[in-house]
Amino acid sequence: MNNLQQAIGYIFILSGIALDVFGCAGLIRLKNIYSRLQAMIKCVTLGTCLILIGTFILKGFCSTGMKAMLAVVFLLLTSPVSAHALARAAHKAGNNKI
Amino acid sequence: MEKKNRSKISWFIGLLFLTGVLLFIVTKPISSLLAWQSNFLSRCFFVLILCFGMCLLRVMKGPLPADRAVAMNTLGVLIVGFCAVLSVSTGRDWYLDIAIAWALQSFIGALALAKYLEGRGFDE
Repeated sequence: MNNLQQAIGYIFILSGIALDVFGCAGLIRLKNIYSRLQAMIKCVTLGTCLILIGTFILKGFCSTGMKAMLAVVFLLLTSPVSAHALARAAHKAGNNKI
Repeated sequence: MEKKNRSKISWFIGLLFLTGVLLFIVTKPISSLLAWQSNFLSRCFFVLILCFGMCLLRVMKGPLPADRAVAMNTLGVLIVGFCAVLSVSTGRDWYLDIAIAWALQSFIGALALAKYLEGRGFDE
């Protein structure tokens, strides 16, 4: 593993973890359930995807890196669907105070 | 006016607490048991544990059931990244198998929770 590859992978992991921290701070800080859901679904999904892409850059095209890319694909497919289902459930349960 | 001041003060205290914990994690010397490969990755590990704590706080004091469901979904997404950091720092690739399985299971769990919150049965 050369030095440049390691540096780029670590930069990706660091930016992903910073996005995770900001998403969780929004989860605590914001007032409404819809704004909390919005903070969570963008920041935390992108942050986790960046951590997995950093893992892929560090490991290269071996089985570990391809597993990381497969996890990215699963996460990008499933996370918006679950967030949409949760928002629809919260709307239908009658909590419409904005 | 009183209520506004109180919310400002609590916001400031929370910001101070968060920056204090982050500075403590970044500047703390790490014992040799936890430094598997580099100090950087073990510090990432502790920052992710701080994120878990914030999600569990929202699970504990969420006023609505939907808030708790949202926080549990966030926790499930965070654990995938946690498994990736563990896989880099220990060099074992089966942590990523756990990450893929956890992503799919947390998706199914979130859908089931959403159906329960809507008031429908599981077989509709």
